Amino acid sequence: MSSSWKKVPGLVRVEEGHGETTLVVDPARLVEACTHLRDEEGFDYLSDIAAADYLGWGTVGVSGYIGTAAGRDLNRPMTQGLQALPRPKEKRFSVSYHLLAVTTPPRRVRVQAWLDEGEAVSSVVEVWPTADWHEREAWDLMGIPFTDHPNLKRILTGDDWEGHPLRKDYPIGGEPVRFSEEK
Amino acid sequence: MAVAPEKARAAIYEGTRIPHPIPTVLQVSEELKATGDVLEINFGPNHPSTHGVLRLIVELYGEDVVGLEAVVGYLHTGFEKSMEQKTWWKAITYPERIDYLSFQANELVFVLAIEKLLGIPTPPKADWMRTCLCELNRIHSHLVWLGTAALELGAISMFWYCFREREQILDLFEMVCGARMHTRYFQTGGLAEEIPRGFYPEARRFVNWMPKAIEEYEGLVDRNKIWLERTVGLGLLSRDDAIALGQSGPVLRASGVDWDLRKVEPYLAYGECDFRVPVYYEGDVYARYRVRMEEMRESVKIVAQCLDQLESMPAGAPWITDDRKVVLPPREELQTSMESLIHHFKIVTEGYRVPEGEVYVTVESARGELGCYVVSDGGPRPWRVKFRAPSFVALEATATCMGNALVADMIAIVGSLDTVMGEVDR
Repeated sequence: MSSSWKKVPGLVRVEEGHGETTLVVDPARLVEACTHLRDEEGFDYLSDIAAADYLGWGTVGVSGYIGTAAGRDLNRPMTQGLQALPRPKEKRFSVSYHLLAVTTPPRRVRVQAWLDEGEAVSSVVEVWPTADWHEREAWDLMGIPFTDHPNLKRILTGDDWEGHPLRKDYPIGGEPVRFSEEK
Repeated sequence: MAVAPEKARAAIYEGTRIPHPIPTVLQVSEELKATGDVLEINFGPNHPSTHGVLRLIVELYGEDVVGLEAVVGYLHTGFEKSMEQKTWWKAITYPERIDYLSFQANELVFVLAIEKLLGIPTPPKADWMRTCLCELNRIHSHLVWLGTAALELGAISMFWYCFREREQILDLFEMVCGARMHTRYFQTGGLAEEIPRGFYPEARRFVNWMPKAIEEYEGLVDRNKIWLERTVGLGLLSRDDAIALGQSGPVLRASGVDWDLRKVEPYLAYGECDFRVPVYYEGDVYARYRVRMEEMRESVKIVAQCLDQLESMPAGAPWITDDRKVVLPPREELQTSMESLIHHFKIVTEGYRVPEGEVYVTVESARGELGCYVVSDGGPRPWRVKFRAPSFVALEATATCMGNALVADMIAIVGSLDTVMGEVDR
């Protein structure tokens, strides 16, 4: 199985962790990779698209970073005492596509593309129609632009909303509330 | 195998009905628009049959639905953003409130994700009790669906019957944790508390009664002419379209796909339970109704098996794993052990730390594949939590199901997708 990943167009690297496989692909060739996975590997079902913002990842003060680089060994005492920073991320945003093959036994794989602020990724609506709302949500809440999406507009926040609330630099409780201006 | 027989597959419709280019918007053809007889109306967001605050922009040509766009987001509360601000321990209360009918499953998926990152084991008693509660919760969710869906089609008495049994389930939840809904009974590593005395006999009584109640429901509508005319052959969704649109749960199984995560990717104690996955091939509203009815029967069977297992466990079997870095120490130890007091204080104030990594965990909730993507940076708070809400995905199918529908059928069709707006909007 693992050798066949090499045929995925635009594959950057394969990561394994917690029993899950992540295929990091070149965002420019994402649609090609997804079409290949659907047609050649049988991943006919798109379960989810999840975007994450890594702004401030690994900077002290955002949250504590105590642990070992390899994670925590439950059977070894004092493994929480070492200082370790999480591995740096290559770019600010990740977009993860969780694919599923509706076969017995089921197979799952995560396709991941990395983007910086302002970079766009191609839409996979033509590959899996269910991507429509998932991509609109990623655009709305995380500000990931999807090119060639047929209907890319906000979905969960209002049409006139400013900013993308799930970004790390979006303040908590800082959004303007209607009728609350002190005048 | 997960493929329906050829004969049954051909019966639904030929080709695909997913609108193109926008898969979730049914667009009116130019000729029809030119007639000037197309009426655009807003259905919702405040309408009793929208199960919350769903807004459908419907275009009608006479009685026919010729255009449709679902607008969501009226209940967006930013759960995912809020969870990033809380410690892992405190964030567990949030997922339950996302889907307020299937709260145990939502709670479970997040706890399972934390446990996967921590690599922490759970004792068998916790696994069986979680299975038991998740199945009770599935029955609860299906009962609310059946009651409200029938209510929308005019069968008001069904609502009272369903809520009678729903009440019994909520009483069981109340007995377990003190709250009827949003129980927060699943804790990282197991359960929050010991299973209370008196739970087993009460749950047994419910298990013995429930199959009779399901027969009563079926007696009310199964061969009821009005019910059949309003459900059979409506809201069609073929197997291929259902998979392309990412449908899951009862909607997928009513379209002829034998797919249940409890069977194909067993978690908790489902691998050791004996149950059947009901599959129907018609892909209409009636098939979705039948799938849910039979699922309730199967869930009752699973609950009975869980009770058998739980009752045969020795008294004092652990209900939570003994890992003091993650799990609160027993309350009585706080009086005598300084170490326990420190652990208690650290977990409650600072929270436990979860190793760096990302996981995607899925469970079969009452509505289908419920996924949870969690990223940890190694700190005491989740870096990112994202839920794959089955209701959100189910609403994507409205435009496809609504082909050739009348405006009165629209209510039955939207109801049959069983969406909970809290989960759609998160």
